[in-house]
Amino acid sequence: MYKIKINVYLRENILDPQGKAVNTALHQLGYNEVKTVRIGKFIELIIDDVNEIEVRIKSMCEQLLINMIIEDYSYTTEKLNN
Amino acid sequence: MKIAVLVFPGSNCDQDMYHALKNVLKQDVEYVFHTQTSLSAFDVVTIPGGFSYGDYLRCGAIARFSPIMKAVKEFAESGKLIIGVCNGFQILIEMGLLEGALMRNEGLKFVCNNVDLRVVNNKAKFTQQYQENQVINLPIAHGEGNYYCNNSTYEQLKSNNQILFEYVNNPNGSMHNIAGICNKAGNVLGMMPHPERAVERLINTIDGLGVFESFLELKNQ
Repeated sequence: MYKIKINVYLRENILDPQGKAVNTALHQLGYNEVKTVRIGKFIELIIDDVNEIEVRIKSMCEQLLINMIIEDYSYTTEKLNN
Repeated sequence: MKIAVLVFPGSNCDQDMYHALKNVLKQDVEYVFHTQTSLSAFDVVTIPGGFSYGDYLRCGAIARFSPIMKAVKEFAESGKLIIGVCNGFQILIEMGLLEGALMRNEGLKFVCNNVDLRVVNNKAKFTQQYQENQVINLPIAHGEGNYYCNNSTYEQLKSNNQILFEYVNNPNGSMHNIAGICNKAGNVLGMMPHPERAVERLINTIDGLGVFESFLELKNQ
């Protein structure tokens, strides 16, 4: 079994109003060193050991998990001992 | 003309759509549940607003894989008319029947209001009862109606006259004030404002009637 951790980002040229609001809030709290905030999503999957695992993950991401028009993603794979 | 109103878990404008078509426009209307697989009995399909599948993951992302959606895709490809309102628009976008994406409103708030729209193209199957540049007033109620597409898509929408409605005062940050678009073939409409909630003077404007009367007129031509 594998644990897959997927990070979902808004693409760079897409305005992120949530990130902007949080940036402003951090400044109001005195954290003026913060230059930008971008907010994304985190998805964790536990999956069986299958053939072509990378291909399967890519296909899951692009078919359902990610909207490739506005989002991008990266992931890490961790083998679970059980 | 027989019209379908699709119903997903979490749809909440299905009854509004049904009421508008059945009781106000006197049409033959039927609910079609998301588990069904055929639309062969219908001439027009409407996808109503709401929160299909709780808006989980992204609005419309899960509804897109419902059993009925294969039939919806074939329906679109055969050139028959489809109207997606609000969440229905989000579903059509996620399916790829319409281009672009609908993101969180720029102001981060759910906006529930009547807004003015300009009819950009009145030659479409869904707008021919309006005048060109006519300003109409329709209700909106959404948190994720901020339309986005890349520049080449925008140029294509513009040159094919696929932008049907634009906001007079942008309520959600939509690119170029876009409120409603159709596909290149002109048979699939997606719009965030709710025409089905603006068909009776007693409770709102009647500016939404034009959308329905436009395509109902087609059968008389």
